[in-house]
Amino acid sequence: MPTHDVLVIGAGLAGQRAALAAAEEGVSVGIVSKVHPVRSHSNAAQGGINAALNPGDSWESHAFDTIKGSDYLSDQDSVEIMAREAPEEILHMEHLGVTFHRNEEGKLGTRAFGGASAARTYYVADITGQAIMHVLYEQLMKYSERVARYEEWFCTALALDEDGECCGVVTRNIADGSMELFKAKSVILACGGNGQVWKPTTNALICTGDGIAMAYRAGAKLMDMEMIQYHPTTLAGKGFLITEGARGEGAHLLNKNGERFMEKYAPNKMELASRDVVSRAEQTEINEGRGFEDGTVALDITVVPKKRVHEALREIVLVGRDFAGVDITREPIRIKPGNHYTMGGVKTDVDGRTDIPGLYAAGETACVSVHGGNRLGANSLLDTLIFGRRSGVDAAGRAKRTEGSRPSKAVLEAEQAMIEDISSREKGSGRRVSEIKLELGTIMDAKVAVFRDETGITEALETVRRLKEEAKTAYIDDKGSIFNQDLLGAIELGYMLDNAECTCIGALERKESRGAQYRTDFPERNDEEWLKHIDLQLSDDGPEISYSEVTITQWEPQERTY
Amino acid sequence: MANYTLKVRRYQPESGEGAYWEEFKVDLDPSLSVLDGLLQAKDRDDGSLSVRCSCRAAICGSCGMKINGQSGLGCKTQIGEAQELANKMAGASAGEEKAVPTEGAEDNTTIVVEPMGNMPVIKDLITDMESTHWTKIRRVTPWLLPHGEAPEREYVVEPESMIDITQSMACIQCGACVSSCLSMEADPDFIGPAALAKAYRFVGDPRDAETKERLHDLAHDPHGIYDCTHCFSCIDACPKGVAPMDQIMRLRRKAGEEGIEDPNAGHAHEMAFVNIIEKKGTLDEAMLVQESYAPGIKGKLKPSKRSIRETIKSLPTILRPLRKRKVKLRQAIPGTHHKLPGDAMDDVKAIYAHAEEHNEEFNLYIKGEDEDFIEPEPDEMTEETMTAEAAAAAESEESQS
Repeated sequence: MPTHDVLVIGAGLAGQRAALAAAEEGVSVGIVSKVHPVRSHSNAAQGGINAALNPGDSWESHAFDTIKGSDYLSDQDSVEIMAREAPEEILHMEHLGVTFHRNEEGKLGTRAFGGASAARTYYVADITGQAIMHVLYEQLMKYSERVARYEEWFCTALALDEDGECCGVVTRNIADGSMELFKAKSVILACGGNGQVWKPTTNALICTGDGIAMAYRAGAKLMDMEMIQYHPTTLAGKGFLITEGARGEGAHLLNKNGERFMEKYAPNKMELASRDVVSRAEQTEINEGRGFEDGTVALDITVVPKKRVHEALREIVLVGRDFAGVDITREPIRIKPGNHYTMGGVKTDVDGRTDIPGLYAAGETACVSVHGGNRLGANSLLDTLIFGRRSGVDAAGRAKRTEGSRPSKAVLEAEQAMIEDISSREKGSGRRVSEIKLELGTIMDAKVAVFRDETGITEALETVRRLKEEAKTAYIDDKGSIFNQDLLGAIELGYMLDNAECTCIGALERKESRGAQYRTDFPERNDEEWLKHIDLQLSDDGPEISYSEVTITQWEPQERTY
Repeated sequence: MANYTLKVRRYQPESGEGAYWEEFKVDLDPSLSVLDGLLQAKDRDDGSLSVRCSCRAAICGSCGMKINGQSGLGCKTQIGEAQELANKMAGASAGEEKAVPTEGAEDNTTIVVEPMGNMPVIKDLITDMESTHWTKIRRVTPWLLPHGEAPEREYVVEPESMIDITQSMACIQCGACVSSCLSMEADPDFIGPAALAKAYRFVGDPRDAETKERLHDLAHDPHGIYDCTHCFSCIDACPKGVAPMDQIMRLRRKAGEEGIEDPNAGHAHEMAFVNIIEKKGTLDEAMLVQESYAPGIKGKLKPSKRSIRETIKSLPTILRPLRKRKVKLRQAIPGTHHKLPGDAMDDVKAIYAHAEEHNEEFNLYIKGEDEDFIEPEPDEMTEETMTAEAAAAAESEESQS
């Protein structure tokens, strides 16, 4: 039985940072990932990473922007920690080798980003996430004796001991199909978000909410699952992301009449208002007939100096050229709001602890909550690093203090039986897994998106529950052991459906409009009744709702204008 | 929407059968990708069709494959373009000159999809990157080795240096360059384009303190930087503009500057070309060997042991064309090669002068494209205009409103 003090599931930024931090504490660490670590979706974070590092900027300003951006749903103690620790973390990354952009003096240079009152976004062209993640992977290779890597191992379930403490996980080695029970004193879930529940999405195919679903099934609380970010600039149909950095560099949003419509919605910050605000503005323009016939508006990057575009927005020059056939330096590109980020997730404290002892969560899987109702651009990379590190340190501390139990073989056997059941279904016994995924993504994008109402969410929830039933008989073609992606897809579908159900329940429950949750039937923010988190926990009848308080330290909720 | 046929090289390791071809008919917009086509086939027809993929947007590097024989990413290759290329290739091999049909016409040829080359195949389009690609990456000590304590703040470095290595940092480790590498086909131990591009990321990084050691290591490895044959395949294959061969050439140049004598005398050989042409206007082949190993008067007055050894070693190469009468005896005598007439020599000199004046590489990362440069509008928020003070002012304004 592979045994580690700390076992990290997921090897994006949060996972790799957690693994390195735990290893520095001198405990034995393993990191499990269903894809090779550098394939993880942190790659996709283009724009940058926030920190109040410039003289003249302050962590309070960064914290306030984050809290205002969150529509006051974030917990201010966690935001304070993130904003205070950000500068040191950026410098640490720089020292490890991240090739951050420099100003003319050769010092770290910044760019402006949405919802921020100072230019405090540090970046590597528009491959910031990729650059940081590859540098962290360099460190994992360097410290290969301290961190064991299980690359292309898929996690199917958490193992709890008799006291309800997490003591390991069940995995499948994708290369040969063997099932393995891992023992660990602390388990950190860093599996990313659940964007694949929506179609289209900017998220990669691997973002199927695995960590959130595994924690939920094990009995951990989820929080604010209704808070799903729609990014203002995605390519229609395909869902590819155009970085907010484009607007940070000065690009305009135009409707079909050529009007810079953000003047109406956010006269001060214009295109750089919070993402929820910009996405709603775009969707309003589109719904009221001022979008293009394909349901889009235009992003005009031609106003940004060409040299600057090639230097700082190189990746989206390629995205425009290769995926939309548009030279963004010469003509506007059609965009629309698209599913992008999971603000909610597994409820944790500021050290990544969930309410299951021994189980941690970090990054997009977790809900600390620093993002509340709406995440600011360039805060996600920061979240992964700060809370990845803190989880790693705390998980190592716990491992040093505890003996750890041996996970029961029964958990492994249950997972083996689950897989045998899927494999044994005959062709035609039910629907194809791919069909169910498509129906799920379509209904969620139609009903649980930028604008929501009770009828729509209820329809989505009913569909999700029907699909859950259908998933039980869905069949796969591949019956083999080696790289059986078909089977993994069926397991992922289960994760996605649990995520979808929780999002629908949360969205239905929150009868107000806050951040990414805009209810056309409850169009106002209602601090009296709804300045609180919605927690969900698995019961026999599905997710059971409870509430928890939002931590307010020094910023009382105010009206939010940009 | 259009119809396409993907002809996929399949291998099911548990079947006991060898690799085989299978055709899948797919139906999608020409602007969608070959990967989209494969995923459609997988979703509709055969879930066992295996291909690594994740982001669908050319950033995760999972879906390296060969399409119509060319290495690249499945997600970045538009299926309509792949069809055009397939038709063109079929037309060329059939010797036909008539226009070939595209966009789902009946007589379209198949788009051929295969796993990457230079790596063992595990299943269908999935290759074993660990035993090849990643082992080579680890060979180049792929982490920063700074000396001493880190500074309190950031390392202060030339802005251009960071932009320069960001080009190799842009590598997504997809393996397309490795798949296309002709040198590696001949010498599987060649460190290869991806790993050497990774190496340049450290050699070119002013924060790294082991530049010399890295260069010596990569130069003295017989499968190192001098094993590249300059074929440009990796540059063609790379989906991210990393241009691995350019990074290898930079490593060689830096090694040359470092005074490293490479076993093939590659750098000296290159310099011999440059110097002979500068002097004569065209290449005096008879001088190549001696100028490569014993350059200039100094080299000939005091020849090194190596230059004597290499000259003797290359005698058969010189004698063979003489014996076959491909070269006249006169041409084989060093120094007898004629010089270009005066005005032509002036042109050559002008070229050299221009090259020296513009002694920089074409690197889009550094130079950008500054033709039709548009001045930013004064009210635009850019890094330069948006200072912390201005931002603070904006914030106070905003809170007042």
